[in-house]
Amino acid sequence: MKRILVLAVMLTLSLSSSAFSQETLKILTWKGYAPQQLVDKFEKETGIKVELTLSNNEEMIAKLRATRGAGFDLAQPSQDRISSVQEKYQIYQAMDYSKINADQLIGSMLDAVKKNTAVGGDSFGVPFCYGTSGLIVNKKLAAEAKDYSDLLNKAYEGRISYRLKRPTLIGLAFAMGDDPFAKYNDAAAYEALMNSVAEKMVAAKPLVKNYWSNGDALLEMVRSGEVAVAMGWDNGGWKLNAENPDIDFVAPASGALGWIDTFAIPAKAKNVEAAYKWINFILAPENAAIFTNLEKYGTASKGADKFLDKEIADNFKRSFSEADIDNIKWYPPVPANLEQIEGKILDKVKAAQ
Amino acid sequence: MKFKLSSGLFIFLTPVLLWLFLLIVIPQIELLLMSLRGENNLGEPIWTFANYLHFFTEEIYWYTFVRTATYAIIVTVLTFIVTFPVAFYITKVVSKRLSVFLTILLLVPFWVSELVRVYGWMILLRESGVLNHIMLSLGLIDKPVEMLYNDISMIMGLVYTSMLFMVVPLISSLEGMDDSLIEAAHDLGASKWTIFTRIVIPYAAPGITSGSIVVFMLALGNYLTPNLMGGKNSLWFTEQIYNQFIASFNWNQGAAFGFLLLLLSSLIIWVGLKMSKQQLGRVLS
Amino acid sequence: MPVVLDIVDLTKRFADFVAVDNVCFQAEEGKFFSILGPSGCGKTTLLRMIAGFLEPTSGSLQIRGKDMLGIPPNRRPVNLVFQNLALFPMMNVADNIGFGLKRQRCPKKEIASKTEAMLERVHLSGYGSKDISQLSGGQKQRVAIARALVLEPSILLLDEPLGALDLKLREQMKIELKNLQREVGTTFIYITHDQSEALVMSDTVAVMNAGRFEQIDTPRNLYSRPASSFVAGFVGETNIFAASVEDISPTLRLRAENGVLFKATAMQEMAGAKKGRLFIRPEAIILEPDSGLDNLNRFEVTVRTILFDGSNTKILAMLGDREITVALPQNQQFAHITPGETVSAGVHIDACKCYPGE
Repeated sequence: MKRILVLAVMLTLSLSSSAFSQETLKILTWKGYAPQQLVDKFEKETGIKVELTLSNNEEMIAKLRATRGAGFDLAQPSQDRISSVQEKYQIYQAMDYSKINADQLIGSMLDAVKKNTAVGGDSFGVPFCYGTSGLIVNKKLAAEAKDYSDLLNKAYEGRISYRLKRPTLIGLAFAMGDDPFAKYNDAAAYEALMNSVAEKMVAAKPLVKNYWSNGDALLEMVRSGEVAVAMGWDNGGWKLNAENPDIDFVAPASGALGWIDTFAIPAKAKNVEAAYKWINFILAPENAAIFTNLEKYGTASKGADKFLDKEIADNFKRSFSEADIDNIKWYPPVPANLEQIEGKILDKVKAAQ
Repeated sequence: MKFKLSSGLFIFLTPVLLWLFLLIVIPQIELLLMSLRGENNLGEPIWTFANYLHFFTEEIYWYTFVRTATYAIIVTVLTFIVTFPVAFYITKVVSKRLSVFLTILLLVPFWVSELVRVYGWMILLRESGVLNHIMLSLGLIDKPVEMLYNDISMIMGLVYTSMLFMVVPLISSLEGMDDSLIEAAHDLGASKWTIFTRIVIPYAAPGITSGSIVVFMLALGNYLTPNLMGGKNSLWFTEQIYNQFIASFNWNQGAAFGFLLLLLSSLIIWVGLKMSKQQLGRVLS
Repeated sequence: MPVVLDIVDLTKRFADFVAVDNVCFQAEEGKFFSILGPSGCGKTTLLRMIAGFLEPTSGSLQIRGKDMLGIPPNRRPVNLVFQNLALFPMMNVADNIGFGLKRQRCPKKEIASKTEAMLERVHLSGYGSKDISQLSGGQKQRVAIARALVLEPSILLLDEPLGALDLKLREQMKIELKNLQREVGTTFIYITHDQSEALVMSDTVAVMNAGRFEQIDTPRNLYSRPASSFVAGFVGETNIFAASVEDISPTLRLRAENGVLFKATAMQEMAGAKKGRLFIRPEAIILEPDSGLDNLNRFEVTVRTILFDGSNTKILAMLGDREITVALPQNQQFAHITPGETVSAGVHIDACKCYPGE
């Protein structure tokens, strides 16, 4: 009995000592949002160990909802997916903007995110990066593709790929000349619009090669020429352009979908201080530039421009004309229950023969 | 009770019981309760069977289940057809030493995770994949053929990932069969086909049944393979559960689907056992 | 008696091993024919060739005058009772017995009546619906035989079917099997390594060794006039001496390994042989022989152990430095003998059988 006690005490000590000996920061984020280079640098500077869990918007919300906001110190949801989720499940804690180094952020973006993530008197997000969804096109195989409607174009039969996720529905709705964002708060009208989008998707289903779910797998299919027109993120198109000039990101005629991914702190985060440290660290201009140069996403860091590769600006110029920039449709916050409507519609598309 | 629970045994069992209770029973109960929750028109939480009714009233849901179950049955049958000759060859045709070697050879691919194996198939079958490359260079085809993203490749993938779970019970039940049973039947005038249907199959029936149950459940509960290999038409019931939880944020509906999957698959297995006149107890022993 | 099975020069080779070597024999209608030999002698191979599971390397095999080579087991008019019986565990007794009839597309009614009749014949009436696992060893035995016999084969082959039974049951089954064979009149070919089974049941016994038949004869003749030194040693209990030949005529005289001089009867030509093997049955040794008897080898033995076994009591005694077995007559005449005693003994020249060889 004595021995068991000693063992138990030793075990507890060793466990707790290992827990306290090194501070950790658990980040729930997207692939590529925390480059190894920066993680190493951060760990060296602060002595805080960074643990990454890669995810996407939906899974991020589900994970935090399951633990009621515990298990992670920092999350990176898109700005439009914060307010309604926060209202319903209270999985984040209010952001203390006094701890954020606002000087190194693009002011207008910070204000927009603050506004869009506000619930009650508080706001919950700090912008990290932005980008757009549009078309990744192999010009050699699909020179004419320039809008979402080309995802349903018979000319590219068997060479089309997109995600069965809400951006596709929204993009196609815009391509139909409608404005889904305007109908966000009218569930019935929104559902009717989405149903008509789904009808078109079902009718054009024989044309699509597959519905991609993994970004790398999509890029591989475009790279190999198996896919000529895909809906995807701008950075993916630009990455491929560096390898093969025929492939590029195309801002769709009816408007690229603009998103901003943020930092939000889960309600039961253990190491909030470290979370703020990370936010300020990775948004410091030289660090933000490293991230952008690597991943091609736009950064919310104000001073990063001077550290950026020339290629980054070139990419943007090549894909976006002035008109295209004005035409970017930025996601407004998603009201509650919209996901259920979309979920059922997407299931229907997937199940259709 | 065959023996009294002594305090020693009780202490010994406590961690196991605790583990079972905390990690299996409680989450199941929570899911069950969740599946019975819903909202009324005013958005207030209420107790309701609506989530279950939904499954039957909304065509797409039960259609997906029927489709998934049908494919799972097809996969089970195909897996049996593919693995039975293999099991028979290993246990009854080759020498003992070779049979051990062949069994190990069968097991080796399963030391790798399912994800890796499915990607392996994708590399083989994709339009710019190995198989197309070979056929092109041999001049068998003049344009690459897409062999992925259809029901056939999905079924093939499912059969492949389930094979092990059929072949192992088959080997173990055929191994127990004395070769003289086959010879005796032959001697008594039976043709090869009769021996197969009247002697070998009935003898291996418990193994076939247990293998089939496992393969059926695995195919039904698989998420990865239908998703990756099936492509655009392959809505699988598990995917629908995932979508309810993750994409639609409707955990109540997802939980109800989960329980329906459990109930309906149990029902299918029960019917299967009745039809093949097998007893669950005998099959599992 | 017509010949049912006619085998001429049958040989089976596995790679460079000859399992069955130029075997010739005929089995007559309605006879109980046994093939007796030690394990590995090729008797199972021979049986499997008759059943059709193995094709011979050369030679011919005819059943009722019809050539059987190339005909698969399911088309041969022979049936086999397997060593381990090979009853189908997933069927009940009646289905096991009816299995062969069903394959012959017998009408259901006929199957039922034939099965019932067969069950009665093997004293298992009313057992039809029982599972195989509910039967005792002896009952399984009878079901296995019934399953084969119900097809009314020209020949019933039995592959050591009593091997798995305990001694008492085996003794009982021997008699039952013999009676059954006489009742049904089917030719039985029975292979065994147990000489008592072969001797008790058979009309004719073939002794097999190293792929060859050493002797085909009645049990009585095998016992009393073994044709070879192998048969003499294998069939029945016997005392064996290695001996050197001292003299051949007028009488054969041998010096056994223990130094004792025997007058013996030559069973094979001994001319020119320097060495011989001498066989003396335990019951041929007479204790305290009458001094008037002629043609007796006389010697003294020292009793070591008495193996009391009722009517089958024996003693182990030392003759020189060799231990020999002596069977005691059943009349309790020698009940007074105790270990350590030295008694006179004798054996008739005719009972000292000698074969040339080491």
